[in-house]
Amino acid sequence: MNLLKKIIFSLILLTGFISAQASESHSSESTEEFKPGEMILHHIMDAHEWHFASVGNYDYVIPLPIIIYSEKNGLVYFMSSEFRNAKREFQGYHLDHHEHIHSLYESEKIYDLSITKNVASLLLSALILIIVFTTVAGYYSVNEGKAPTGMQSFFEPIIVFVRDDVAKNVIGKKYERYMPYLLTVFFFIWVNNMLGLLPGGANLTGNIAVTMVLAIFTFIITTFTGNKTYWGHIFNTPGVPLALKPLIIPIEIVGMFTKPFSLMVRLFANITAGHIIILSLLGLIFIFKSIFASLISLPFAIFMSFLELFVALLQAYIFTLLTAMYFGAAVEEHHHEHEKHSSH
Amino acid sequence: MDLVTPQLGLIFWQTITFLIVFILLAKFAWNPILSGLKERELTIEESLESAKKAKEEMSLLKSENEKLLVEARQERDKILKMANETASQIVNKAKDEAQTEANKQFESAKASIINEKNAALREVENITASLSLQIAEKILKKELTSDASQLDLVKQYIKETHLN
Repeated sequence: MNLLKKIIFSLILLTGFISAQASESHSSESTEEFKPGEMILHHIMDAHEWHFASVGNYDYVIPLPIIIYSEKNGLVYFMSSEFRNAKREFQGYHLDHHEHIHSLYESEKIYDLSITKNVASLLLSALILIIVFTTVAGYYSVNEGKAPTGMQSFFEPIIVFVRDDVAKNVIGKKYERYMPYLLTVFFFIWVNNMLGLLPGGANLTGNIAVTMVLAIFTFIITTFTGNKTYWGHIFNTPGVPLALKPLIIPIEIVGMFTKPFSLMVRLFANITAGHIIILSLLGLIFIFKSIFASLISLPFAIFMSFLELFVALLQAYIFTLLTAMYFGAAVEEHHHEHEKHSSH
Repeated sequence: MDLVTPQLGLIFWQTITFLIVFILLAKFAWNPILSGLKERELTIEESLESAKKAKEEMSLLKSENEKLLVEARQERDKILKMANETASQIVNKAKDEAQTEANKQFESAKASIINEKNAALREVENITASLSLQIAEKILKKELTSDASQLDLVKQYIKETHLN
């Protein structure tokens, strides 16, 4: 409870950084007609500042640090609020309406490493994960030989579920060395899915860069822990006639990459789609320009939000389960033909 | 399409952050949590196992006790039976012995009676013989004064002898 209070307090403190900033470009936009597509994309895409609301000519935002690595100037950093001018330019860099930073000099090649809204949310989730789970770990030394208490009793069944029903079930004997990764992935995705559902939250797990990195980690671990049987299945698939091998081997090699690719797309698409549905339902109110549209769209949006709460957990579970299955395939022991026949 | 184009900055931060989170959690969270869980499960398993063992031992002891009790009862019955048998045996033996002793005494009494009787008879015979001799002597001593008196004397003596 104490920790929860601390987190809430920090969040309240954080909102103190929200600054109302006049945005001339925005005010000209607001007179334009409502474009649902733009609104939705604005919400699900990354941004260089954390935007909460716009009231009149004022945008309530948390300015975030812009970090640019330029081959010419080296590391350049300043706050995103510097871009809030008519031309959206600062120190020779321009932020376009698609949230891309360009150099005003054609020849200068830059790498945008800014702490964007997603990165800020990512760091926040990292902090939450580390604080929460080191605290939970602390309970295990305090409650040694005793029944779990507090946060421990909330997280323990989940951890045991990941261990017994995911890792042990799917990977088998060698599950133990994969446990830290599986638990980290599971809670990372779950926490970020939940943070994404908060009003003003960043759509982190619905960002392809994030899911790509997670999928690549899974791919790397699968590839580097793969045993003889795993590689044997790819380059010398058992039970396949020699004549078919030239066909099967490329398919198997492609299969190595399609597995993490499907992980990447599944999480990204599920989370993004959920956000788009909720935003579309709420957007209906503005499309019809009538408060009465909310009578229909609001219950649907609330229903979808509850569904998304479930999806947040489900997708974390699915990502972890599939990751465990790929690990399981990588460390599966060799089966003899007759064993296979007898087992079927 | 920006939506499906991964941005370099986010890839960079995600990789670094995730790695840091993974390493920190693995070391300071998952390791103590998983080992704590394992330890607790082992303790619970061991406790259950020992409880089961104790229960089994208890039932074993109980059945052993019952067995002992039954055995003791059987032993008691056996001893009682044996004691009864021995007692009756002793009685019978005593009876037999008494009987034989009695018989023996009876026999010996009988034998001694017979002996006595025989001895008495022999004495009677001896006495008779000596009497006869004395009679004969007396008769001879009388020197046969008269036939009639001699006869009377013989008769008298014989009579006397019979009386003896």
